[in-house]
Amino acid sequence: MHVPDGFINAPISIAAGIVAAGGLAVCLRGARKELDDKTAPLAGLVAAFVFAVQMLNFPVGVGTSGHLMGGVLAAVLVGPYTGVLCVSVVLIVQALFFADGGLSALGVNIILMALVTALVGYAIVLALQVMLPRRRASVVPAAVVGAFVSVPVGAVVFVVLFALGGTADIPFGSVLTAMIGVHVLIGIGEAVITGLTVASILSVRPDLVYAARRYEQHLHLRTPATR
Amino acid sequence: MRGALVTRTRVFLLSFLAVALVLAAVVSSYASGSPDGLERAASDAGFGETAEEHALDGSPFADYATAGVDSSFASTAISGIVGVLVTALIGVGLFLLVRRRSARE
Repeated sequence: MHVPDGFINAPISIAAGIVAAGGLAVCLRGARKELDDKTAPLAGLVAAFVFAVQMLNFPVGVGTSGHLMGGVLAAVLVGPYTGVLCVSVVLIVQALFFADGGLSALGVNIILMALVTALVGYAIVLALQVMLPRRRASVVPAAVVGAFVSVPVGAVVFVVLFALGGTADIPFGSVLTAMIGVHVLIGIGEAVITGLTVASILSVRPDLVYAARRYEQHLHLRTPATR
Repeated sequence: MRGALVTRTRVFLLSFLAVALVLAAVVSSYASGSPDGLERAASDAGFGETAEEHALDGSPFADYATAGVDSSFASTAISGIVGVLVTALIGVGLFLLVRRRSARE
C-alpha cells in the first residue's frame, strides 16, 4: 500500500507528516515501557523481519499482488507502541534506500501502514483476548483477526485521505470500491502470515511474545511471615 | 540459569535474523511482480497516472534491485540483504536507545 508521490496534494501530505511525527513521538514515549535489555534487540529484528516479508508480494486475483504490512505482527510480538516504530523504520528505509513509497508521502504511509494498522489491529487483538479463553494459544486467533481487519481499515483511511487531498477528482465511492475488495484479499494474506509467524515464535519462545505476557503465571511465595 | 537463558535468547535472535535474510535474499525472487493492491485500485478508479516518479529512482537499490548487477536473482538478493541489515541496525540501535536501562548500568 506504499503511496507514491503525486496521489495526495501538498497541504494534506504536510498535515499527514505532522500527524505522523506526533504519533511517532507518542510511540517513542510509550515504547520505553515495552522495551528492556531483552526485548530491544528483538524489536530491531522484528523490523528487519517485516522488511524482508514486505518484499514477498503474493498474488491476489489476476494481475494484482499484495504484501504484509506487519503492523499487527509487530504489535503482538513487541507491543503496540514499539510495533508502530518497527513498521515506521521499515517505511523510512524503503523510502530512502529503495525508492518505495514517496518521500512527500512518508507521513501518509506512516499513518496508513504503521499507526492505523498497528493500533487498530492491536485494539482488536486486546478485545479478542478478553473474549477468548485465558490461555497463551488465544494470542494466535486474536492476531489473525486483528491482522485481517487492519488491512481494509488502512485502505479506508487511504480513501479518506484521498477524499481530502487527492490530486485527481474521483468520486469517494469509486475509490472506496476499488480499494476495499482487493485489500480484503490482501488482508487474508496478512492474517495467514501473521498467524504463522506468531504461532511459530509462541511455540519456541512464548516469553518473547508481548501479547502473551498477560497469561504468565505469577508464582506467589507464601511464608508464615507474609500471612 | 540466567546465562543459559541469555544464550538461548541469542540463538533465537540469530535464527530470527537468518530467517529474515533467507526470505529477503532467496524467497524474494519468487515474489509476484504484479502491481500491488493500491496501484491496481488507482488504475481501476482512474488516478493511477497521477503517481510521480520517485525522487530517488536513480539510487543504487531503487525498486529492490542492485545497480550494476546483471543477474536478476543476485540483484534482488543483494538489495534484500542490504535492506534487512540496514533495517536491523537502525531498529536495534533505536530500540536500545529508547529502552529502560537495567539497574546494573
